[in-house]
Amino acid sequence: MLDNAEGYVTEDGRKIGGVVMEMKNITLRFGGVVAIKDISFDIREGEIRAIIGPNGAGKSSMLNVISGFYVPQEGEVWFHGAKRPQMRPFEVAQQGIARTFQNIALFEGMSVLDNVMTGRLGYMKTNIFQQALWKGKAESEEVENREAVEKMIDFLEIQHIRKTPVSRLPYGLKKRVELARALAAEPKLLLLDEPMAGMNVEEKEDMSRFILDVNDEFGTTIALIEHDMGVVMDLSDRVVVMDYGKKIGDGTPDEVRNNQEVIDAYLGVSHD
Amino acid sequence: MAQTQSGAEGMQSLPALLHRNATQFGDAPAYREKEFGIWQCWTWAEAAKEIRALALGFLEIGVARGDHIAVIGRNRPAHYWSMVAAQMVGAVPVPLYQDAVAEEMTYVMEHCGAKYVVCGDQEQVDKVIEIQENVHQIKHILYTDKRGMRKYDHSQMNALDDIKAEGSAGHARFDAELDKRIAELTYDDTCVMLYTSGTTGKPKGVVLSNRNVIESAKNSAEFDHLNRNEDILSYLPMAWVGDFIFSIGQAYWCGFCVNCPESADTMMTDLREIGPTYFFAPPRVFETQLTNVMIRMEDAGKLKQRMFHHFMAHAKRVGGLLLDGKPVGFGDKLIYALGNLLVYGPLKDTLGYGRFRVGYTAGEAIGPEIFDFYRSLGINLKQLYGQTEATVFITVQPDGEVRADTVGVPAPDVELKIDDSGEIHYRSPGVFVEYFNNPASTASTKDAEGWVATGDAGFIEESSGHLRIIDRAKDVGKMADGSMFAPKYVENKLKFFPDILEVVLFGNGKDRCVAFINIDLTAVGNWAERNNVAYASYQELAGHPRVLETIKSHVEEVNKSVAADEMLSGCQVHRFVVLHKELDADDGEMTRTRKVRRGFVEDKFHDIIAALYDGSKSVSTTTEVTYEDGRKGSISATLEIVDAPVVTVAQHKVAAE
Repeated sequence: MLDNAEGYVTEDGRKIGGVVMEMKNITLRFGGVVAIKDISFDIREGEIRAIIGPNGAGKSSMLNVISGFYVPQEGEVWFHGAKRPQMRPFEVAQQGIARTFQNIALFEGMSVLDNVMTGRLGYMKTNIFQQALWKGKAESEEVENREAVEKMIDFLEIQHIRKTPVSRLPYGLKKRVELARALAAEPKLLLLDEPMAGMNVEEKEDMSRFILDVNDEFGTTIALIEHDMGVVMDLSDRVVVMDYGKKIGDGTPDEVRNNQEVIDAYLGVSHD
Repeated sequence: MAQTQSGAEGMQSLPALLHRNATQFGDAPAYREKEFGIWQCWTWAEAAKEIRALALGFLEIGVARGDHIAVIGRNRPAHYWSMVAAQMVGAVPVPLYQDAVAEEMTYVMEHCGAKYVVCGDQEQVDKVIEIQENVHQIKHILYTDKRGMRKYDHSQMNALDDIKAEGSAGHARFDAELDKRIAELTYDDTCVMLYTSGTTGKPKGVVLSNRNVIESAKNSAEFDHLNRNEDILSYLPMAWVGDFIFSIGQAYWCGFCVNCPESADTMMTDLREIGPTYFFAPPRVFETQLTNVMIRMEDAGKLKQRMFHHFMAHAKRVGGLLLDGKPVGFGDKLIYALGNLLVYGPLKDTLGYGRFRVGYTAGEAIGPEIFDFYRSLGINLKQLYGQTEATVFITVQPDGEVRADTVGVPAPDVELKIDDSGEIHYRSPGVFVEYFNNPASTASTKDAEGWVATGDAGFIEESSGHLRIIDRAKDVGKMADGSMFAPKYVENKLKFFPDILEVVLFGNGKDRCVAFINIDLTAVGNWAERNNVAYASYQELAGHPRVLETIKSHVEEVNKSVAADEMLSGCQVHRFVVLHKELDADDGEMTRTRKVRRGFVEDKFHDIIAALYDGSKSVSTTTEVTYEDGRKGSISATLEIVDAPVVTVAQHKVAAE
């Protein structure tokens, strides 16, 4: 199915494009600990790509490598056909990558609206003095960006909490606000670190629907880490399975589900 | 009804009224909807253009005269426009309750034979597609919100915006036909068909003519001096007759502006931003607001609390009198003015009633304390009594004659009579044409002279001429000893306690009464928080011994007051149980307008009722519940049965309230 370098067509008829990001032989060490061992895989345009694995498998580290936060000791990250140099976080954002965090990282004292507005920071060109004076360019820029933010608020159905301070929101809604902030940056590649962690069934269903809608509506490429196997298998087009820093499987949910090594990793077979 | 031969001032249909509004005051706002955080506005001229484009679009997809077009969605301008556009092409709009599950909707859809369906969003489209497995007459589905719709098979589906654009583009082809169809509309053509939710049996399609709608709108608008500067907030279900009359009938007749909230969850914020001048809400909304005010006052500072209580006490004494135009001393007026500046004004503003000129509550009895609270603030809240078959209005309270315990005098042009069994009958220009495809029901409800039986029992108070409702005629029964059993009377008294959301009283034909009680999660939850009562679920809170104790004290209080009424003293609650789940429309226990389906509840919980009568201390039960997406599950619980103290009537009579 993946022989075609131009992409493939999913079961539900979505066209997946060429390779957006390619990880080549990535190895990441923290002192003596090898978090990721010689892993290669790619992410294609428009697909929902999941990274799964048991606790401590190195999933979050992998996501941090993709986002440029960790720099691997060995291996290369290719983004849009070019080898990516070491970058600072804002440079990553400028390249069109946005993410959410496993342990929600919002500004607790600020309103939902202000939080989502921060996602537009990369689009604001006026400086602090212009903004303080609130004249001409600064004003029109704010209006423009507010419009984009309102579309996300509408999209994620959080109008009713627009002006509520984030600290007063329940967990499930905070997760949604974080997604809104990431989406407000209009990313080409969206990284989600355990978007369903700690949610109840209803919240998970909502979140799954939003992830699918984002992919469908904006054509955003999504890479996500998730523990809930049911969700992963339903949502994603292709899955990378990691265990103890190694890649033990890669393919469609069905292929992965029937992979003996994956089954062993999840059911707990002793490792030599 | 002399003037009606040619229609009220020649205005025989809603499209005609729309044309008048667009030409006479085209620049005035007609619709507002909050979207993307901003109130978007359409003037009458713009609305007329949109509606015409939609009507052209309807012609393009082949809507014929007399076709039914179902509209399922929340209150949005596009949905109101669809209904008027349907009328333009000679079709009949049928708004449906959007929260109904597919199964419920199937019956209605099949019954009205709708060939076209306007859906609010993907959720409704999915439901209609599910319905199509059993109902095959649907030719075309239209939807308002494009989100998530890209992957659907569009061979018989379109976005409303798209057919609007196609309609405008092809206007040269359809203009003549559309104008012809608009010109054909007469006063006796069907304006809308509304399904009554029906506390018993299947829903019935009430056919209302242009005459019904326009005459009712005109009479009621004149009664309250409504003009085109009013602002209303449209948030009640579009399938409900009240919303049709307020948001379409009266809005088109008067030419005032209809404001649609951003979503159901933002209604309270939107209410505050709009500050409607004319407002309608079921008692539940006012109750919730008052509960919230009281909860927030408890969190306020000492000074604010003292000010609030001081001035509210004063308002309670003179506020209502001032509103009724009764004489009040100069000093009292002065203090009231000061209170208005410091407390009432800001409070009204917070509630969204800063510009409130006239408003109604109906559908259920409202607690006298709640009613008086709003009146004392200077909010002109009144009561009316009506039903779908009457195009809303049967009786209304005129300014200056407002009381909590009556529903007012007959509305203009309405005749009223009470038959021997105590059932209320009426005759008016608003009386419905017929139940769609159901001549038997039509004949049993409406007699040859046009009198309609309401199914409610009541009497006209001789001193004031006001109507008082006792209960649903079929619910009024007899106890074993022959005394009257009127459940609503007792239930309402209990429901006036903020802790209690819903009550169902049983006792017809028995020697004593027992009750089911639902707690109000907001009020009781708040109480639990304050008193460090831990609970994990609704069920646990409802069964908490201290909650039961509180409810028991409420029941005791009500029993005392019921005992004081000679006619109904037999209806005291002997034993009760606090239910483990809220009665819900999704489970069929209530109608979509939130009225308890007594018979259904009695069947469903027969085991609990048996336990209430056989003297057992507790009862274990398993109840089936339906989730919002239609799946079913079950919850089991062991409920404690509480014996409530009753007053022995012969021994001593408690003074009336």
